[in-house]
Amino acid sequence: MSATVDPLPAAPTDRPGPGEVPEPDPGDRHLRRRRRERLLAAALLAPSALVFAVFVFYPFARNIYLSLYSTPPFPNLPSRFVGLSQYSQVLGSHNFLNSLWVTALFVVYTVPAGLLAGLLLALLAHQKLKGIRVFRTVFASPVATSVAVASVIFFTLLNPQVGLFTYWLGQQNQLSVLDNPTWALVAVSVVTVWQNIGLSFILMSAGLQAVPDELLEACEIDGAKGWARLRHVVVPLLSPTIFFAVVVGTILSLQSFGQIDLLTQGGPLQRTNLLVYNIYDQVFNQNNEGRAAVMAIALFFITLVLALVQIRLLERRVTYGN
Amino acid sequence: MGTEPSVAALAPGFTTALFAVAGIVVVAVLLRVASRHGTPLRRRRATKVSRYLLLVVLGVIVLFPIYITVVNSLLAPDQIAQRPPLLFPTHPEWSTYATAWTSGHLGRYLMNSFIVTVAIVVGTLVTSIAAGYAFAFLEFPFKRTIFVVFLATMMVPLEVTFFTNLQTVVSLGWYNSYLALIVPFLATGFGAFLMRQAFLGLPGELRDAAKIDGLGHLRFMTRIAVPLARPAIAALGLFAFFSAFNQYLWPLIVTKNDQYRTVQIGLKILSRSQISTINVTFAGIVLAFIPLFVLLLVFQKQLIRGLTAGAVKG
Repeated sequence: MSATVDPLPAAPTDRPGPGEVPEPDPGDRHLRRRRRERLLAAALLAPSALVFAVFVFYPFARNIYLSLYSTPPFPNLPSRFVGLSQYSQVLGSHNFLNSLWVTALFVVYTVPAGLLAGLLLALLAHQKLKGIRVFRTVFASPVATSVAVASVIFFTLLNPQVGLFTYWLGQQNQLSVLDNPTWALVAVSVVTVWQNIGLSFILMSAGLQAVPDELLEACEIDGAKGWARLRHVVVPLLSPTIFFAVVVGTILSLQSFGQIDLLTQGGPLQRTNLLVYNIYDQVFNQNNEGRAAVMAIALFFITLVLALVQIRLLERRVTYGN
Repeated sequence: MGTEPSVAALAPGFTTALFAVAGIVVVAVLLRVASRHGTPLRRRRATKVSRYLLLVVLGVIVLFPIYITVVNSLLAPDQIAQRPPLLFPTHPEWSTYATAWTSGHLGRYLMNSFIVTVAIVVGTLVTSIAAGYAFAFLEFPFKRTIFVVFLATMMVPLEVTFFTNLQTVVSLGWYNSYLALIVPFLATGFGAFLMRQAFLGLPGELRDAAKIDGLGHLRFMTRIAVPLARPAIAALGLFAFFSAFNQYLWPLIVTKNDQYRTVQIGLKILSRSQISTINVTFAGIVLAFIPLFVLLLVFQKQLIRGLTAGAVKG
């Protein structure tokens, strides 16, 4: 990589250190030192580069390759090159469009609710009260639950025979909410919101912490009351955090898999067949890698657009800050 | 209600709970309104009480699923099925935990999770510190480009590449092994980025001073830069620990038996068990939850820093 001798001047750096000041006479010693530095850089970057090459870039390229070949109906037949036609076939299919719609609904159900809940808890915990630290720990505690822990808690509490939530919902010995086409996605969303509430609370609290106390005190002296203060001072100052939470939350929500695998397996009637679960289903149950590859590329582009939006917002924020 | 199938949309238990919550919120709001009147002392007291009430109600709601899981893990299966439900274990059955540990294989699952997680954390820290140092302190051709390539890895989540990665792992002969669970996560673009930022945040004169003292890069890195970047390293380590321990999709597809299954996959298996052993499932959940909860209690500050890295500072 960098061990090759490069006649071009070094790429621009972010930090003008003294080593980088153009030396008038790059003698033999300097040349040797620079070569050593390059070797060291190569050695330091190589382990990461190797992992990325094998487990990020290669599989991604192979994914593109697979997306151009249609998977044969029987495992021993050769796969056939079909090019982009597989894209139009898969992306226009009812199965994919349903997944896209369900995933969008899931994002709408989980992201705003999680964010508002986190903001509410953060505002409440941002007071000078005795014992407030206990409440902060309590509000943050769901962050210690994995998607499996959260899902299995609710799965067990929604058990049709003995589940406590089943009893409270008056659904004992009836169709479980997880098998109900109307409510399954809502139930999965509730589990997800609860699991993410700790993270959302932590993000919002950190954002609030960055709001200077004097500003809030100044509002108080000016007579700005609770709601007005929240709307005109706190929320605008928190907007970078909120944007970040929206984008990261949306990306995470798009990539949800565990709760579906544990709670509904995409059913009932595909009402919870989120995009990632659909990809998984195509690979392991339908044995159709070609379709799975197309959907994975679609997921990649959706995520990419969101990530670019995030970078844009971050850049704009930096400009505001200055 | 008993065990009769109910026709009503909402069971009395649920309605009661709703009313209780609504009632407490109403009291809190009333107190808040009342706090605008009366003597200053009374006003302050009313505000305080209403704030605590709200905090307690919300705390109970947030914590309830965890609380009831702990309670159910200490009840016998027939007590779990009892209606009205028991909300407190009068005769806690601790032996359920032993059952979960041995016949529920939680011991094995947790050990696998720890082996995998610790290896990933150590690996991530080493590769991230190395890469971050190179980007922050060394000069080499195509530095910008390589950095962008490292960042680009964050744009390709595992959810996009999991099945092609599975093929790679199978062809390497790593299917159902620790290697499959560990190696793909030994480096992250996020880690390299975070460490580069941390190193760039160190005062610029440090490296010059070290140079004058005749310290080479490796010694400067291990003796000065790394110790000074400890907060960032702790944050990254905790972040890596949480994400490695919580992984679900990847361990699910690369393991096929209990020898290598992690605790998250173990929970899936436990959740499919009989109602007669549902208490074991609850105990399993608690055992899977405790490690991260303890970490949260001990390292709350560092963890918050890790989770919010990039959020607040940009």
